[in-house]
Amino acid sequence: MAPRLKLFIPLALFGVLALLLARGLQLDPKELPSALIDRPLPSFSLPALDGGETLTNAAVTGEVSLFNVWATWCITCRAEHAYLEKLADAGVPIYGINYKDDSAAARRWLAELGNPYRANIVDAEGTLGLDLGVYGAPETYLVDADGVVRYRHVGEVNDRIWENTLGPLFRELRGAGSGS
Amino acid sequence: MRLAVAFLLALFTLPAAAVIETYDFSSPELEVRYRQLSQELRCPKCQNQNIADSNAPISEDLRLLLYRQLEAGATDEEILEDMVRRYGEFVRYRPDFDRNTALLWLAPVLFLALGAGLAALVLRRARGDGAPALDSEEQARLEALLAARDREE
Repeated sequence: MAPRLKLFIPLALFGVLALLLARGLQLDPKELPSALIDRPLPSFSLPALDGGETLTNAAVTGEVSLFNVWATWCITCRAEHAYLEKLADAGVPIYGINYKDDSAAARRWLAELGNPYRANIVDAEGTLGLDLGVYGAPETYLVDADGVVRYRHVGEVNDRIWENTLGPLFRELRGAGSGS
Repeated sequence: MRLAVAFLLALFTLPAAAVIETYDFSSPELEVRYRQLSQELRCPKCQNQNIADSNAPISEDLRLLLYRQLEAGATDEEILEDMVRRYGEFVRYRPDFDRNTALLWLAPVLFLALGAGLAALVLRRARGDGAPALDSEEQARLEALLAARDREE
């Protein structure tokens, strides 16, 4: 190699490093791929928030739906609540998983803010949360008609998330389901 | 002597940092495995902490789960498999070797090879093995230059 060209080695190395670091800045290290994708929803048998009955997998699956992990201590859950109601009004089935929460407080919250959920699974101990691999509320799982988890979104569900990722997937799954 | 005492005092802080809540294990052997596993499992919520060091609620839950699994007689492999099924390979500080982690595992070997290669190159050059011999034209020029210098003196 000509000695003149060798002078450019540090510059080239810097270029490569800068590219890698720029890529690193764009990745979100908090985003974990769910280990549950394309696997069935873990089996559970937990009480319903509005009392009485016990909810199991069979009771809440059969239709493409969202499973929203929420709690009254979770501030982002309050922020996304209005959007969930909008989705529910648009005909999206949403089931709630009330995660490590006080049931009385959760009932008050729903009475106050409105209830977008078809049913709420009380996961006071966080056992279903553990099986789902929940590491922070809110989390929203897209589950298909066969009860298989297809997507997990960590964080607030809003217009941007619904339009770009959750919505198209939801419509695709629902379209595929009605055809078969 | 004073150094030895200072050293012993320094050792005292180690166990305090390791565990947050305590569990009663049915055998000391289980407790050892609890320590090992809780240091090898990564807290899914935190960026870089094992579940033994983290006080995030999820780590607390995972420690309880780990305790229950150990008491129920699960093997280390079963426990790790169970954790990976929930949170993916991310939870292990020593993930299995597969396509995604190949670079991670092989990087030290690659860097060692790279370093050894560079060192060999630099050493060979320093010894002068690589200096090219003069061809006949250059040899003739050299002799002419030397002759010219001799004449000047």
